[in-house]
Amino acid sequence: MKLNLNNSAVPTRENRLGSITGYVGDLNDLVDQSRNGTLKNRERCFSQSSGCLSGCAIGMVAAIRDVAVIYHAPSGCTLYTTILGDQLATRINTSYDTHLVGTDMNESDTVFGALDSVRDIVYKVKKQYNPKAIFIASSCVTGVIGEDIDSVVEELDEEFDIPVIAIHCEGFKSRIWASGFDIGDHAVLQHLVKPPVEKRNVINFKNFFESERPQITELFAKLGVTPQFLYANSTVEELSHLSESLATVCICGTLGTYLGNGLEELYGVPYVRTINPMGMAGFDAWFREIGRIIGKEPEVEALLQEERDKYLPEIERLKPELEGLTAVIGMGPGYTYEVARVLQELGIKVVWAAAWHYDYKYDNNEVPPALDYLQNTSPNNIELSVADQQNFEIMNILKQYNPDLYFSRHPGSTVWAIKHGISAVYVADEYMIFGYKGTLNFIRNILDTVRNRSFETNLAKRTKTPYTDWWYDQENHIMMV
Amino acid sequence: MANSLDQQRYKCAMGAMQTVQAIEGAIPILHSGPGCAQKIGGGSGSSGKFSPNIFPCTSVSEKEVVFGGAEKLATTIDNALKIIDAELFVVLTGCTSELIGDDVEEVVKRFKGAEKPVVYVNTPGFKGNNFEGHGWVLQAIFDQYLPPAGVVPKQKGLVNIFSGIPQQDPFWYGNLRELEKLIASLGFEPNTIFGYGRGLESLNKIPAAEFNIVVSPWAGVDATKFLGTKYDTPVLHYPVLPIGAFETTKFLQAVGEFTGLDPEFVTSVTDEYEREFYYFIERYSDLFLEMRILSKRFTVIADAQYALAFTKFLVNDMGMFPNTQFITDRTPVQFQPLIAEEFKKLNYDIEADVQFLTDGYDIHQIIRGEEFGGFPLIIGSSWDKKFAAELSANFVNLANPLIERLVVNSSLVGYSGGLQLIEHIYSAGLARLVL
Repeated sequence: MKLNLNNSAVPTRENRLGSITGYVGDLNDLVDQSRNGTLKNRERCFSQSSGCLSGCAIGMVAAIRDVAVIYHAPSGCTLYTTILGDQLATRINTSYDTHLVGTDMNESDTVFGALDSVRDIVYKVKKQYNPKAIFIASSCVTGVIGEDIDSVVEELDEEFDIPVIAIHCEGFKSRIWASGFDIGDHAVLQHLVKPPVEKRNVINFKNFFESERPQITELFAKLGVTPQFLYANSTVEELSHLSESLATVCICGTLGTYLGNGLEELYGVPYVRTINPMGMAGFDAWFREIGRIIGKEPEVEALLQEERDKYLPEIERLKPELEGLTAVIGMGPGYTYEVARVLQELGIKVVWAAAWHYDYKYDNNEVPPALDYLQNTSPNNIELSVADQQNFEIMNILKQYNPDLYFSRHPGSTVWAIKHGISAVYVADEYMIFGYKGTLNFIRNILDTVRNRSFETNLAKRTKTPYTDWWYDQENHIMMV
Repeated sequence: MANSLDQQRYKCAMGAMQTVQAIEGAIPILHSGPGCAQKIGGGSGSSGKFSPNIFPCTSVSEKEVVFGGAEKLATTIDNALKIIDAELFVVLTGCTSELIGDDVEEVVKRFKGAEKPVVYVNTPGFKGNNFEGHGWVLQAIFDQYLPPAGVVPKQKGLVNIFSGIPQQDPFWYGNLRELEKLIASLGFEPNTIFGYGRGLESLNKIPAAEFNIVVSPWAGVDATKFLGTKYDTPVLHYPVLPIGAFETTKFLQAVGEFTGLDPEFVTSVTDEYEREFYYFIERYSDLFLEMRILSKRFTVIADAQYALAFTKFLVNDMGMFPNTQFITDRTPVQFQPLIAEEFKKLNYDIEADVQFLTDGYDIHQIIRGEEFGGFPLIIGSSWDKKFAAELSANFVNLANPLIERLVVNSSLVGYSGGLQLIEHIYSAGLARLVL
């Protein structure tokens, strides 16, 4: 990729990575089409509410400690709380003093613009909270009316002794909300990361909510390195040093591609691009690559052996009990193919894998490694779709395939499978299947789920599904043109 | 003039998709960006027969911004009618579709003869917040879905009741059920449209009602008055959500007067309620009087409904004293004097100062400058938790956003609601000091 740090806006994933939101086919076809560049997006003539890029962008920068985000938008867009930030900070015994302030745009603002008010609000927020950086975000409305937030940002950045940064969150720009991850990363790369002064024994770790922070800190300590978790609980000061780290790793390829590739391109910080540390093969491959990059291969082998000794016997004992289970997966593309691999490792048959979007190459121009790996190892050619979180397509698939389990990781998704009488496992936490320990817990969770279906059957008995019989009789992709 | 919205406690007008969703069988169709519903349609309890994941949405993209989105809306409605098993479809417009000037009315008219009714409401986020949007959605449904006057015969004793905003008011469900019980105890048949077992059947009964009651300082008032005009039925706008004995008795008396009931009958009803209420107060009054961690002073940071309701209860029933009260719902200017006036009608000529503010920082600054004569009581939203700790206050989270606790169907209204509120307040005190 060629990073353009002179522009505050980031090209969308559709333009940069050829990402798509509509596809139906199978694993071999998807990978082949990705390789030869023939993959085409299929639009929909009916869609359901999903998500927009602003949530990902704002959520990321607002996770940084002690900053302010001024969101120039009507009051629906700006509906966030900082409670989560507080809770995450409390967990590691630190404080979080980040503030998110909306501009509550009204009708006259859409006619006359409101940059003066934005400026006033920035002054007020700076005085009140003394933030370490200020982000000013745009929205659909400011985009349509042509509000020039960059001009205010430039002016205030000059005036203040802290960085003032534009983040362009016009939701209509991209169908792919993960474009928001890139927007946040771009802002960090452009304004907060400084050129390296000295190398540090740190590995940048991009994740979401760092639930396994203690475990990872302990594992990394065995390699003599410290993880720098991003962005929850990070500080502006810490971010300025990202260029000095030994490597960048990420818990989700969709989440990390921009930052990882950007740090590599700009400062030569290697980006670990293996399959993800989910399941056993992923954990091994990921840690081995880290070991290779930082020159700690023997330590990594010792670490892996220790984990295997601890957890593998129990994993092997329980694995046969999963035999014969079937599954449908509906997740973001950073997880669908990784979870599919893990399920196969455990002997569960994946009958359909849906990803919400698909980046047919990452920012290094390669097919995502998880897909590549899956094509080489999958015992069967998996049916796939790119489903843009379209619930009606997923429910149609569930009804048709009637799997034992539905695996999902987006809020509000599990209940719909249950209403169709199918047990659901919510793989929400990004570390749920992390390594051998996570794999063992995952197996236990799956077994508990399929062995007590009371909640599911009780609810399914008493509820009606939201779709017409007509819809369940159709092919799941007929609304794609 | 943009408004500094720090610690926001409402959302935009299209948040009224939750008003639609609270009517069983109805579903919103969003002519908006793909992410709007995820942000403003969620929260605990927002999954039901439908949820934001199910709401049809035109997912306005760059293409529609440039070329218009009317046709995309038409195909979305057309397919929604085929795919979604709903009884009423309510099209809501978002900011983008309004700014690009799509003629939604024209598109919706094309579905006039459709198998299921389709209505529409303009709810762009820049036009108002969800307190206003709630009223717009109701009025649009009353206007476009309900038949004209004279079609449905009147039913004696049937009373339409409207109160808190679904989901925005965390206690909307329980409160509405409790208001039904109170009205029923005066011998009426209550008719409400939100929640379990109501839905379109109740909606269809609206024109038959003899009376309309809206218990709300301002939200939904215009929509209820619209009903009164459309069906030529009287409307009682009662601005105070009644909590506890004093206010609930007053409320029932007002309803009695409005409907022409015999005052003695009303008194016989309220007397019984009050005796039961005071059975409990008597048993726990030593606790209330002797809780050393709680001073007599309180502040509420909430929408107009709860700021007013809690103030009335705490002063008139519990004998506490109001510091400045804060109303955070962006109450329209024309309603502000009426509401401020209500804060002056308290026992012993007590008057409470009230401020209409939406910036949480400014609110906290004012409170920091006030005297509480000990440990204050602060009733507010999740935003106020950290702040209350700073003041060593007793904090009760009852206002939206209410993120760290769950409310399913409990109620804060009426005689029983007063006792519920007491449980919340004194539990907060006990959690800090059991002396």
